[in-house]
Amino acid sequence: MIEIKNLHKKFGKNEVLKGIDLSINEGGIFSILGPNGSGKTTLIKSILGMVLPDSGDIFINGKTLKNNYKYREKIDYLPQIANFPGNLKVNELIAMIKDLRSGQSTNDAELIEIFKLQPFLNKRLVNLSGGTKQKVNLVLTFMFDSPMVILDEPTSGLDPISHLRLKNLIFAEKQKGKTILVTSHILSFVEEISDEIVFLLEGKIYFKGSIPELKSKTEQPDFEHAIASILSSSYA
Amino acid sequence: MFYLLLGIVLLFLNNDLSKAVITLMNVIIILVPLIGTIFGVMYYYNSREFTELLLAQPIKRSSIFLGQYFGVATSLAMSLIIGLGLPFVFYGIFNSSAIWDFSLLLVTGAFLTFIFTALAFVIALSNENRIKGFGYAILLWLFMAVIYDGIFLMSLLYFEDYPLDKFSLVATMLNPVDLSRVLILLKLDISALLGYTGAVFQKFFGTNFGLILSSIMLVLWVVIPTFFIWRIAKKKDF
Repeated sequence: MIEIKNLHKKFGKNEVLKGIDLSINEGGIFSILGPNGSGKTTLIKSILGMVLPDSGDIFINGKTLKNNYKYREKIDYLPQIANFPGNLKVNELIAMIKDLRSGQSTNDAELIEIFKLQPFLNKRLVNLSGGTKQKVNLVLTFMFDSPMVILDEPTSGLDPISHLRLKNLIFAEKQKGKTILVTSHILSFVEEISDEIVFLLEGKIYFKGSIPELKSKTEQPDFEHAIASILSSSYA
Repeated sequence: MFYLLLGIVLLFLNNDLSKAVITLMNVIIILVPLIGTIFGVMYYYNSREFTELLLAQPIKRSSIFLGQYFGVATSLAMSLIIGLGLPFVFYGIFNSSAIWDFSLLLVTGAFLTFIFTALAFVIALSNENRIKGFGYAILLWLFMAVIYDGIFLMSLLYFEDYPLDKFSLVATMLNPVDLSRVLILLKLDISALLGYTGAVFQKFFGTNFGLILSSIMLVLWVVIPTFFIWRIAKKKDF
């Protein structure tokens, strides 16, 4: 489980996270929502240790993240923008990441099959389209069997079929009892998969709970309107 | 490849080993830092995506960045040693008296590579903006290779009424480019060219103490920037 205590982060003068307190229990799918620039990615990167918080603590399974890197063995991360070294071929990249986490079982062959990546395996990453890169990204993320999966905008650039397959994949992972953290702007996707949502607004947690709770809180009949009502009331 | 070509061309032009070594010195003193700086900065910026990929994996930050640094610097130093070494080996350096001068040249060249690649990494790590990073790196090289000498000379002229032995020794020590140049020049026994200062330098650097001290300085020039790489990398956000 993840516990975040009073997390603050500034980039220059821009205060992105203004005191986040959050605890995420094991098992289930959690969505982090919020408008652009609300700090979703920063929060995720803080959990991964890529962004170092100005103050506050993050504990994963009771252990603090400071001066610790081993915990990342138990996390699979899908970055928002699929930036890969362009001169590598797809299978070289997969082999390299496997090599970095040697000793962990992988199911990359199955994932390559799911996303129909076989024709691209010998191509260089610079020559791939955005959607295909995202598929490679997904293979790299899901090929390890870690108890925690973090997905930053997993649907970006995917065609409808791949989108559907991704959804099935996420449900399958959930069945295994994994904790899955997702950020997305596609509300129908979020509504379909999430057990619980966290709504970030201007660096603070505006709402945490299930989707029915959000609907009753905002007195709106559906999820999209509920989110819209939060946004319009905050911008007003 | 570049170094290999350079070595062959120089040998053909000079037709004499020790002369080639001297020409080579001038090239090494100026070009090796430039190549180290450019490659260091370029490598860092080019592999940024790759670095981000690695950061999400269970690897220590320091091993990512120090690994990248040593990877680049070692391969540059290897290319220098192999590229320059091969033509000279075929030319028969082992039977020549220039072997020691030549190996000193290669060792200082390798040191310069490590120093300037480390400095380039420090600059690239602290500048998110590529253009700025490149600019600073080139400026650093220009400063060390050219401007520093200019300032040094000006100050010598300006303060010529004072005894400057100590000052010039210290000033030489503080710039790795100058330090390597003086070391090689003295080894080549052409210090007479340097006049009175040469005599002072000879007296200082020629001794074991001087040699050890200058080696320590070169090592420090590698260690301190490497320490900065480690420290900046530890605190940086991605």
